[in-house]
Amino acid sequence: MSDLFQDYAAAAGRTEAYDEMFTREQEARSSYGQVSGALRELSLADVTARADSMARTFLDRGVTFDFAGEERPFPLDIVPRVIPAEEWTVLERGVAQRVRALEAFLNDVYDKMTVVADGVIPRQLVTTSAHFHRAVHGFEPAGGVRVHISGIDVIRDAAGTFRVLEDNVRVPSGVSYVLENRRAMAKGLPEAFGQQLIRPVEEYPRRLLSALRKTAPSGVDDPTVVVLTPGVFNSAYFEHTLLAGLMGVELVEGRDLICRGNRVYMRTTAGEQRVDVIYKRIDDEFLDPLQFRADSMLGCPGLVNAARAGGVTIANAVGNGVADDKLVYSYVPELIRYYLNEEPVIANVDTFRLEEKEAREHVLDRLDELVVKPVDGSGGKGLVIGPDASRDELEALRKRIIADPRGWIAQPVLQLSTVPTLSGDKFGPRHVDLRPFAVNDGDDVWVLPGGLTRVALKEGSLIVNSSQGGGSKDTWVLADSPQVPVEALPRQSIAVRERVSVWPVESNWRDRQSEQQQQ
Amino acid sequence: MLSRIAESLFWIGRYVERADGTARILDVHLERLNHLPMAEQRSVAQELLAVMGARPQSEEFGLNELLNALAYDKHSATSIAGSLGAARENARRARETVSSGLWESLNTTYYGLNQHRKDVVGTYRFCNWVLERTAMVSGLADTTVSHDESWLFLVLGRSLERADMTARMLSTRDVLSAGMSWVNMLRCAGAYESFLRTRRAAFGDQHAAEFLLLDRLFPRSIVYALRDADDCLAKLDPSAQRVGFINDARRIVGQARTFLEFHRTDDLMSELPEHMERVQKAVSQASDAISRKYFNQADELAWVGEVS
Repeated sequence: MSDLFQDYAAAAGRTEAYDEMFTREQEARSSYGQVSGALRELSLADVTARADSMARTFLDRGVTFDFAGEERPFPLDIVPRVIPAEEWTVLERGVAQRVRALEAFLNDVYDKMTVVADGVIPRQLVTTSAHFHRAVHGFEPAGGVRVHISGIDVIRDAAGTFRVLEDNVRVPSGVSYVLENRRAMAKGLPEAFGQQLIRPVEEYPRRLLSALRKTAPSGVDDPTVVVLTPGVFNSAYFEHTLLAGLMGVELVEGRDLICRGNRVYMRTTAGEQRVDVIYKRIDDEFLDPLQFRADSMLGCPGLVNAARAGGVTIANAVGNGVADDKLVYSYVPELIRYYLNEEPVIANVDTFRLEEKEAREHVLDRLDELVVKPVDGSGGKGLVIGPDASRDELEALRKRIIADPRGWIAQPVLQLSTVPTLSGDKFGPRHVDLRPFAVNDGDDVWVLPGGLTRVALKEGSLIVNSSQGGGSKDTWVLADSPQVPVEALPRQSIAVRERVSVWPVESNWRDRQSEQQQQ
Repeated sequence: MLSRIAESLFWIGRYVERADGTARILDVHLERLNHLPMAEQRSVAQELLAVMGARPQSEEFGLNELLNALAYDKHSATSIAGSLGAARENARRARETVSSGLWESLNTTYYGLNQHRKDVVGTYRFCNWVLERTAMVSGLADTTVSHDESWLFLVLGRSLERADMTARMLSTRDVLSAGMSWVNMLRCAGAYESFLRTRRAAFGDQHAAEFLLLDRLFPRSIVYALRDADDCLAKLDPSAQRVGFINDARRIVGQARTFLEFHRTDDLMSELPEHMERVQKAVSQASDAISRKYFNQADELAWVGEVS
């Protein structure tokens, strides 16, 4: 290994975490063979030049996220995260299983609530969730799917086991970075791609579009799909444009839509055009001023009624937030057993429910050792890591928990696994998580091979959110057999054709050549 | 205007477009090539070179040789550096007629050719840079040169070459027959997004090929490029207004275009190689016809010998 990895062993020794690339004995795992071979050939100058070039490409292409009102390139690290085929098979199965369970749970919660009647989950828990929307109670959405797109966050603990950290079934974002990262890596570290089979990610937009079209209201032959964005100021606006572009559909804002007679139309130069499927990228609260926040300018009045009447499919369905409530999360293993009659493939992280008196007292005694999260937060907002918090912060947290125990959960501090990451002039271990994306078309749950690996760029930090100084890595799923589509399939060689078409050149090209050589 | 100048302008148009097309093809296919095992890489590199109309010098022809042959070899009209050098040479000879903006952008490009690392990663940057420069050259040609005869010759060269380049992009499909070849074809032409917007859910080889071959609105499609060339020829020679054509080039270009436009088929893909051959042949015949009609005094006076 070159000097880039000189201090890696020492740095890795400072943490208990599982390292994705190296074993405890500092040998590269077999899945990383190709990557480590490629990196060994590079000098520091090469690596930094490539990293700079990748950052430039991102800025040029507008692969940015909004940070405090400023567009920043999403930092992409040059070392990919590699997942061997056998590990991926398990993850894939686990993610699909979870999506099926959550789908069943949502159908139930907005219908008869048998899950409550059978005593699996307390009624109060469902009804007190901030995202349980009575406005969408009692109807089956057109197309029959509620969780079209989901992102299930998983992490690997110190023992090397994958665990689910949280579910995102409202508006999971980040898939655009998966697509862009692969493109950038193919140009930034071309050597590592050569000899191994890496499963491609580029079919995602087509899978998504076909799932959305498949779940259109019945009786529509050629459904019109749109992506609904809150607008250019949204932090994920780049992703909205990319997905709309790659699917070849319109990117609409609320003001482009009108609802009439429980149908949705968009205003076009050719008059109003019926919209059948809306890929919704705005929060439920802002979607329909008639049902939710009356002051919202982002949505379109009447959407919820249109969905209720079956005139439009909204993906993901309104009211999904109740399923990714973090307190419901702690019940998901039971939900899987209840609805699917299966054992969970991927375990949860141990979670304390603070409503339960014993657990609460236990947690309040050990606040400085635990991670405490608000149940409806996303993007790492409001999260408190006990060991890093000051005394005052913990005191404030204690008061808030006592005032609203339903609003919080607590988990042990997990040592997320690490991957070498370029920092300054050498590689150091940095903690990562993984968000695989799943697309559900009603018959089948397809999991995008790979997903978004986010990395905390500060040494020792466990917060990977981009809004708090996180970056990302390209995620490679290795294929174990050439059966699955891979980045480059082995091909039949065709003979170089005999007839070679010759470039036409101006009549005096040859003369000029000799002339130039004489000069 | 002087035949010599007209010829230079025609070739500036062709060479710049050739550099642009080659950069596009190289950029997209390099990514694929890199993912292949060594042995395959070599045969694909040779096939790609054949599509671009050249023959490998030796059996040892691999990725690095391909980069040199298509990007950096200044002595070959197939390479980007060769084309841009030739375009600049032509502009130097017609310097008094082209705008200073056009001349300077070609000249700056020429001097920038050497400032790139010639490995795989550097070539990606190089291709991007070439695309920027050629876009700038065409933009300056369109906005700083009067749209008179001289500009028409430049656009004529550009349109013919564009039809030819798109035909080559379509031919690369044979080279990388596995995987998402149609996406690559479209990416080469910068047509991916336009295609998706027009075709909605209809994907696949057939539709992509149809788009690049026949679309009437996409500027890099063959039909569009041939129509551009036809327009230029019509404006250059307005004499044949009522009946027939006395101009070979117009006949060839027009026939090639209408053949494609009015052709009906159930299986475009199997006919594609034939179409491509036809288009490439038409372009080279048209180019000959144009030389004969407008530029070709040199042959008749050949006995004088070249003075310069």
